[in-house]
This record gives sequence, C-alpha cells and structure tokens, in this order.
Amino acid sequence: MANAEAHHDHAHGHDDHHHGPDKGIMRWIKTTNHKDLGTLYLIFAFSMFFVGGLMSLVIRAELWEPGLQFVDPEFFNQMTTMHALVMIFGGVMPAFTGLANWMVPMMVGASDMALPRVNNWGFWILPFAFTLLLSTLFMDGGAPAGGWTMYPPLVLQTGEGFPFLIFAIHLMGISSITGAINVVVTVLNLRAPGMTLLKMPLFCWTWLITAYLLIATMPVLAGAVTMLLTDKYFGTSFFTASGGGDPVMFQHIFWFFGHPEVYILILPAFGVVSTIIPAFARKPLFGYDSMVYATASIAFLSFIVWAHHMFTVGMPLAGELFFMFSTMLIAVPTGVKVFNWIATMWRGSMTFETPMLFAIAFVFLFSIGGFSGLMLAIAPVDFQYHDTYFVVAHFHYVLVPGAVFSIIAAVYYWIPKWTGVMYSEFWGKVHFWLSAIAVNVTFFPQHFSGLAGMQRRVPDYAVQFVDFNQVSTIGAFVFFIAQFIFIGNMIRCMAKKGEKATQQVWEGARGLEWTVPSPAPYHTFEDPPKVNDEILGFPSHGKAH
Amino acid sequence: MATQAAHHDAAASNRYFVPDPSAWPFVLTAALAAVVVGVAGFLENKHIGPIPIWIGSAVAIYIIFRWLRAVSLESEHGKYNQAVDSTYRMAMAWFIFSEVMFFGAFFGALWYARELSIPWLSGEGTKVATHLTLWPMFENIWPNNGPMELNGSFETVGAWGLPFINTLLLLTSGVTITMAHHALKENHRLSCILWMWATVALGVAFLGCQGYEYVHAWEGLNLTLSSGIYGSTFYMLTGFHGMHVTLGTIMLIIITCRLMSGHFKPESHFGFEGVAWYWHFVDVVWVGLFIFVYVL
Ligand code: HEM
Ligand SMILES: [Cu+2]
Repeated sequence: MANAEAHHDHAHGHDDHHHGPDKGIMRWIKTTNHKDLGTLYLIFAFSMFFVGGLMSLVIRAELWEPGLQFVDPEFFNQMTTMHALVMIFGGVMPAFTGLANWMVPMMVGASDMALPRVNNWGFWILPFAFTLLLSTLFMDGGAPAGGWTMYPPLVLQTGEGFPFLIFAIHLMGISSITGAINVVVTVLNLRAPGMTLLKMPLFCWTWLITAYLLIATMPVLAGAVTMLLTDKYFGTSFFTASGGGDPVMFQHIFWFFGHPEVYILILPAFGVVSTIIPAFARKPLFGYDSMVYATASIAFLSFIVWAHHMFTVGMPLAGELFFMFSTMLIAVPTGVKVFNWIATMWRGSMTFETPMLFAIAFVFLFSIGGFSGLMLAIAPVDFQYHDTYFVVAHFHYVLVPGAVFSIIAAVYYWIPKWTGVMYSEFWGKVHFWLSAIAVNVTFFPQHFSGLAGMQRRVPDYAVQFVDFNQVSTIGAFVFFIAQFIFIGNMIRCMAKKGEKATQQVWEGARGLEWTVPSPAPYHTFEDPPKVNDEILGFPSHGKAH
Repeated sequence: MATQAAHHDAAASNRYFVPDPSAWPFVLTAALAAVVVGVAGFLENKHIGPIPIWIGSAVAIYIIFRWLRAVSLESEHGKYNQAVDSTYRMAMAWFIFSEVMFFGAFFGALWYARELSIPWLSGEGTKVATHLTLWPMFENIWPNNGPMELNGSFETVGAWGLPFINTLLLLTSGVTITMAHHALKENHRLSCILWMWATVALGVAFLGCQGYEYVHAWEGLNLTLSSGIYGSTFYMLTGFHGMHVTLGTIMLIIITCRLMSGHFKPESHFGFEGVAWYWHFVDVVWVGLFIFVYVL
C-alpha cells in the first residue's frame, strides 16, 4: 500500500514537468510554487504602493498651501501614519519578499523555497492583515493617527481601530518571520553543489542577512505592541510613569526593532543593485568579498545605533555620544559599497537600459540620503533637525530613489525572464526620466524647508515655506502619475504582448537564472544544476587577475 | 527503457520534496483573522459575541492538526530526504531564535524599569528636577508599583516556595526528555514512551503549580496586572512563558502519541527532536525568569 502510494507520487512528480499550474482562483489560493507566490507578493506590494501613494497625495494636496483646505488635522495625521505603515509593511517589504521568492530558488539552483506551504501562509496573511489595518479608516475614531512609530501615550488615544492596528502588526510579523525563515533555509540548505557561500549571488547574501534581521527584530516589535495593547486594555503600566514604567521605554524597544528595520528595507536593494550594475557594465562585481563583509557589518551595527532616533528625548550624555558615534560608523561599510559599485562601472563597457538607469540613479540618490543621515547622526545638530522635513527628506531619499527604485530596477531586469517578453525600452526610459526628476523635485526642497524649521506631521505651516511645498506637491503628483507608465509596461509583458525575450536576455547578465528558458519553467531545477565561476559571474581562474 | 525509468525514479525519489498545492494556510489565516476580529470586538465592547473567536479557534486548531498530521505522514512515508530533514532542523532553530527575541523584549522591559525608569523617577542621574516636582517621596526600591502605587500595596511571590519547586520540575523534565531521546536512539520504545509520559506529567505539574500560584497572588497577595510595573512585568513574563509551556506540553503529548503508534526511527526522528528543542528552550527561559523575576 505504502509502496503503491509512493510509486504514484513519483509518477506524479514526473508528470509535473509537463503540466503547468491549476486553473482559476484556487491556483492562487492554494499555490505552493515560489514563482506564483512571488507574483502574488509583487502584485500585492504594488497594490499597496498605490494605496499608500494615494494617501501621500492627500498629504501633499493639504500641504499645497498653509492653512487647512482639504482635510481636517485629525484625518491628516491618519494619512501620515497609514501612509508609512502601508508603504513599509505593505509595499517595500512584500515587494522584496516577492523578489526573493522569484529569484532566490533560481539563483541558488533549488526546485522551490525550502518550506513551500509555509511560504503560502506567509503571503496570504498579508491581505488579511492589511484588510484589518485599512478597515480602521472606517471605524469610530478613525485610523491610528499617532505616527507609524506608535509612541505612547499618544497612540493609546486611537479609537476603536486600536486593537486592529496591534493585531495587524502581529500578523505582519508572523508573515515576515515565516518569509525570512524560508529565505534563510533556502539559501543555507538548498544551494546547488559547488556553490559555496562566497560564490553565492549577492542578492542571496543581502537577503540572507535581511532575513536574519527580520527574525531577530520582528518579535521585538510584536512584544512592544503587545505591551501597548495590555497598557490600554489590561491595566499594565509599561509605559506609564505613575506605575513605574516609562513612555521612553517604548521608544527604545521600538527603535531596537526600527533601525534594523530600515536596513531590512535597504539591504535587499543593495543586492539588486550589485546584481544589475555588473550586468550592464559587463564586468564582474568589484570587491565581492568586501560587499559581503560590509553587508554583515551593517547588519551588526544596525543593532547598536537605535537611539539616534531619540536624541531629543532626554537621554544621558553618554547615551547621546555612544549612539552618535556608532551611527557614524555605519557610514564606513556603506561607503565601501558605494565605492565598489562605482569601481564596478569604472572602465566597464556600459550600456544604459532601464534597469541600469534605475540602478545608477540608486547609487547617486541613495548616497544623498546617506549623507543627510550622517548629518542627522550628529547629535547636537539633530536637536535642530529632529522632527522636521529634513528627516522626511532623508528617509525618502533612502526609501524612494533607494529601496523603491531598486524594486523597479529589479522588475525591469527580471521581467523578461518571468514572462518571456521584453518590456518596452522606450517607455521604460520615459518612466525612468520622469521618476528620477520627479523624485528630486518632490524631496529635495524638503531639505530646505526642514533646515528652516518646518515640522513634519503638521497639516499647517508658516507662509515662508509655501514655495518649497508647492514644488514638492507638484513633484509628488508627477511621480505618482509616472508610475502608471511602469504598470502599463509590466502589464503588457504579463499579457505577453511584445518582443520575445531570449534565454540570456541581457548580454552581460550572469547567474543560474539565465541558464533556463524565458519564461522560466514552472518548476526550475528539480535536479540541482552544475555551477562554475563563469556561470556565476566571477572572474574565471584561467585568466590572469 | 525499463532501466532508464527505474533510474529516473531513483533520481526523482531523491529530489527535494515540494508539497502539492494546499488550501490550509489560507483557511488558517482566515480563521486567525476571525479570532482577532472577535477579540478586538471584545476589547472595544462591541457586543459581537464570542462566536468569531470560537469558530476561528476551532478551525485554526483543526487546520494546524491536519497540517501537522500531513507532515508526519509525509515523513513516515519516506518522502523527506536528507535535505528536507536539514530544512526542518534549521527552520526550527531559527523559529526558536525568534521566540528568544520575543521574550527578550519583555526581559528588556524588566531591566529598563529596574535599572533606568525607577531610578530616574527617584531622582537619580540628571532627573532630580522631575523627581522633586512630581513625586519627591518616591524611592528606588524593588518590587515597585510606581510613584502612584497603582492598585495599592501588594506582596510578591517568594522565590523559594512554589517557583523553586517549579524550577526543579522543569529542570527534571529536561532530564526525562533527554532520557527518552536516548531510549529512542537505542530503539527502546517502551522506555522512551514512559520517559515521555513522565515529561508530560512534569509539564502538567508545572502548569498546575503556576495556576495555583497565580490565583494565590491575584487574590491573596493583591498582585495583579495593574500592580504597576512589577505586576506588568511579572504577569507578562510568566504568563507568556506559561503559554509556551502549555503549547510545549501539547506538543509533547502529540509526539508521545505518535511514538505509541509506531512513528519515528532510531536514526531519524526530527519531529521528536524539534519538540525536545522547544522544551529545552522553555526550560531555559524559565531559569531566566526564576533568576530575574523571582530571585533578584
Ligand atoms: C548612512 C546611513 C544612515 C544614517 C547615518 C541614518 C541616520 C538617521 C538618523 C540620525 C535619523 C533620525 C533623525 C531624527 O529623527 O531626528 C534617521 C531617520 C530615519 N532614517 Fe536614516 N540613516 C541612514 C540610512 C537610512 C536608510 C538606509 C534608511 C531606510 C532605507 C533610513 C530610514 C530612515 C527613516 C525611515 C527615518 C525616520 C524614522 C521616523 O522618525 O519616522 N535611514 N536616520
Ligand atoms: Cu535609524
């Protein structure tokens, strides 16, 4: 009996080569396939980018002029809070998980993610979690409005939506942790024979370290919001001074999660850029090993810098100094990375297809964000900048032309492999130039208004800031609209309209994913492939160094 | 031709196991969503009643059971090769690491309260002015329910009574489960099963003592969740630990039942080991609790 069953299974496994996925909606609900789940993650992420983008437009419209015009202040605050939560937890993180789902198994030569059913669970939690979170907009008291950082006591004034906020975060945490465990195990356990750790594509490396950060910090966030919940409903006093607790304690716990979180948002982007630049510079990545070590040291340092978000909270002097210097240290490994990207391009035979354009823009614009970060890291000046638009400019430079550009670059780079169809290069370039210009128009003036003292998270402002804000608002609308070019371009590929892609797609691209046909078959690498330096894009040993 | 097919079969059987599509994760999530909507309604007094919670929990438990059963059967039917076994090992280790970090948040809160917020409220460091203007009478002592003495005076549970017995119970259970593991490796199944029941009994005894202690503390000592920072950290740490012991005990029972129906082999039994790891983790957390919550 057992034998017959086993035999049947083999036959089935054998069949899988030939028949594709099931049909209809149940395919997507039940799928355990990493490519299906990658697609779901990406579609979900882009839907959330759209929702979060609409919220940002509400914010920018309100800030067109001083005074109150479109929304009342309470709703404005709900928008800033929800915009951040939706973009971070619903947009950037799922988009990177989607990329990991699609690419990590193909890059390491595995048949799928290590735990496919768990993988399905990790994805399907997200639509439920965000339904819960977004439903708070329609509840008594509205959505949470105390900022995405959820500082007590303010956040405890949220209305009926409060438990939904907390439980949505718990669910997102479960999703992130299952996704992260899947990546770690796939990378550590399912690599093709011969692919040693230091021969692994850099995207896998950065994701491995990201996954480590996720597993280490998402539970801490879960703990922090659980304490908020019990403080509000069960009489505990973690964050209440009258009971011996301290609201500042929440900030410490939150940022112990929060700073590693910002690296969760950027490390996979580093991986993407380190993949794309060598492909279009037609040179192996400069300083592969140092990239790995730099990523690891960033991850390590990210655990000991958190209180740079709290310089103005009244920390002891020793704390201010420690966190100031540890934060500045992060600039060192970050600098190593930027240097390596530039050195990779140095004397390369470069071409500028859309993914490369976005990757180069990433290098420059992310660096601007890094520099403003460095300025913010100086405790005494942060007293001036904190909670102003300068901070808003800083994190949008690292997140939009940083994380989001890398996601866009990755989609352009790999979509021919996913769909078997080339996107339109012309519209890709239009999209790039509009985005690159609009993003600067939107966020660069915020440096100035911030330095001059305009506060973040306030719907009204002094008349002196009008010009900067109007420029910013125009940029934001242009940026938002420009993204539809991208969506259209991608839908065109998914509808299989366009030039057929070759297996290699990009002349200079290296890695196992380019050794399979385009579109990649539903099941790739059921038996592990052979790898060598040539395929993986390392300088081959025959030639002189 | 025949040999070729056989060859292909052998290669395929050594492939990494990729499960068929499954609706369980989706249904599980829907069930969890029903539970949290129910709980949110309860917290905000929305009178939606307990039905979403009951139905959601029932469905969730059913799905988890089905899922674990499927995994056990896949394993017993030899579908898992060496790589799948390593996958489960790594995944379990990383999962336990995430749990450690979860407890870390609460241990961190306890440390912060004792080393920073209470000393500061009592005027240490640069916080003299706060102290003098707000609560000049407040002193840095532990246990503490804050300058407003929330929920009135209370007593704490002494370390060397029930908590100490509980420590002994859990530490002993760590030994018994190791004995069970050795017995399993030497294929002494009866002995293994007996050691497992002993472990389960110790876990249940721990939970019994803990429950008794809670009732005593809540009603007899006036120590509640509202007893300031002491009550908060005490109940949250021991409470989450208790929940993990409960879960661990259920997993021990499941594993023991599997042993009794002939599952696991002396050389391959990760289901058993995973639960044992989890049990040791719960054990170690308790030792931390005993030291930092009860003794110090
Ligand atoms: C060179 C590296 C970086 C340094 C030195 C740095 C430094 C800082 C500092 C000091 C602040 C606090 C400013 C304040 O509130 O007064 C801050 C805020 C922030 N940073 Fe960075 N940062 C760096 C890179 C990044 C990256 C890579 C990301 C994300 C991809 C990021 C995202 C953020 C966010 C989201 C905030 C604002 C959080 C909030 O208050 O809502 N930063 N950064
Ligand atoms: Cu930070």
